[in-house]
Amino acid sequence: MKFLKFRLFLFIAFYSFSTLLSAANVMFSNDSIVAADTAKFIPPYAEDNERCFKCHGQSKYEYTNESLGRQVKAMMFSERILKRDEFYKSNHKNFSCTDCHSAEYVNFPHVGTLRMEPKLNCIDCHGGDENFAQYHFEEIEEDYKQSIHFKLEEEGFSCWKCHDPHSYKISVRNMTNTKETVAYDNAICLNCHSDFSRFQLLTEKAELNILEKHEWLPNQKSHFASVRCIECHTKINNNIPVAHQIRTKEEAVKRCNECHSQNSILMASLYKFSAREERRDGFVNGIILNESYVIGANRNKYLNIFSLIIFAGVVAGVGVHVFFRLKK
Amino acid sequence: MYLYPRWIRGWHMINALIFIVLIVTGISMQYTDKDSTFHMVGFAMAVRWHNFAAIVLTINYICFVAGNLYTKNGRHYKINRETFVSDLMTQTKFYAFGMFKGEKHPFPVTLKSKFNPLQKFTYVLAMYVAVPLLIISGIGLFFPEITIDRFVGISGLILTDVLHITMGFFLSIFMIIHIYTCTLGSTPTSLFTGMITGYHKSDDHH
Repeated sequence: MKFLKFRLFLFIAFYSFSTLLSAANVMFSNDSIVAADTAKFIPPYAEDNERCFKCHGQSKYEYTNESLGRQVKAMMFSERILKRDEFYKSNHKNFSCTDCHSAEYVNFPHVGTLRMEPKLNCIDCHGGDENFAQYHFEEIEEDYKQSIHFKLEEEGFSCWKCHDPHSYKISVRNMTNTKETVAYDNAICLNCHSDFSRFQLLTEKAELNILEKHEWLPNQKSHFASVRCIECHTKINNNIPVAHQIRTKEEAVKRCNECHSQNSILMASLYKFSAREERRDGFVNGIILNESYVIGANRNKYLNIFSLIIFAGVVAGVGVHVFFRLKK
Repeated sequence: MYLYPRWIRGWHMINALIFIVLIVTGISMQYTDKDSTFHMVGFAMAVRWHNFAAIVLTINYICFVAGNLYTKNGRHYKINRETFVSDLMTQTKFYAFGMFKGEKHPFPVTLKSKFNPLQKFTYVLAMYVAVPLLIISGIGLFFPEITIDRFVGISGLILTDVLHITMGFFLSIFMIIHIYTCTLGSTPTSLFTGMITGYHKSDDHH
């Protein structure tokens, strides 16, 4: 017994000492604080990429032009400015700039012909790769080729028009906050469809007013904050994570029942990845209820049964009363 | 006797029509389905008509409350607390048994008291509890941005909607019973005629 107590004492003493030591270590050493912050992401090519971000990460650039023999200082073209923070939060954060761009970019000024370098599309890296097989990039490509974007602007359109590889990140598959995901995804469409200067790069069409075009939609503000444009403007494809077949405006979903019903299309699109939680407290399509409420899609089976019982009771009561009145 | 002045008949007629529109469109929205033919009105049309009818109902309700405040009609809704339970029992017994035995109406209709205790109770519940809750929750659904996001961990919109459909349901049930009890006059149609002409036959049961 005595021996057991001694061992217990030793254990407590050792545990307290080591806890104190590590606490002191964290308190007095800056390195430990950094090491303890595991959330901080250190990109593997940060140093290499910084050579590009030095100019492309801000609105002005500066370099020594050897042929002119002097320092050149100029404004960076806005399309060529990248945001470091966004890049290092994106899906491609582990990449070196030269993984996709020519290594010749290390020279200043950049050689003019580099502008002609072919740009990689999603399928060029993700196609035929077993690691990405589950996302069916080939089928995404197929879907995209059926889309109105491709059909109308085969030349001008590419994956990058919607998914900037420098900032793209998975949204709906990692959805924790529906409203944030919706805002992120809708910003992709609005980037061109509510910015005429970009829109006219790809089409001769007149400027559109999204709000006017959707005037028929009741509670427009709520709809725009709660669902993505692609809910109504794409053809659902269950084989790929997000449908890519953008349809013509005539083919867009306009029937309210498509979403406002028990078998709402939202369960196959926006809530596809969180739809496993089928029912909650008797509510149909319960997952929607975490942050939203869709009339018609979120009916409650207990309330339905309860109301039917009351209704039947009233009808029966009236029936009995009528019976006795007639009998009298 | 002249029991229902013109403004009450007008209010009642509008209320009845609006109730029918709201019930039909409300059920159509709640039980809408893309494959089923159950819904009576298409969703988009149901939304439009439900919203329109709701605005009319609200204005009509304000007129009703104002009318009751500024005319003598309000006194018909005042419940006598002391005799409330026993009066209610007496009236219920009459409807359940007495009327079949040919008993006389326990609370005959007079100019001072046009409602029997059971009517008073259900009308007060319907007009001063259910309808205000229905209108308030309806406004919450009409302007979802003003509805509180969360209440004790549950979405404010769900609570608002459940309150709205529950009140809508109870008022629909009220309407069924209300219409049925209106066949309990001296003839099955006399009370309906009374609500159109304003005159109540004094020997009516209801």
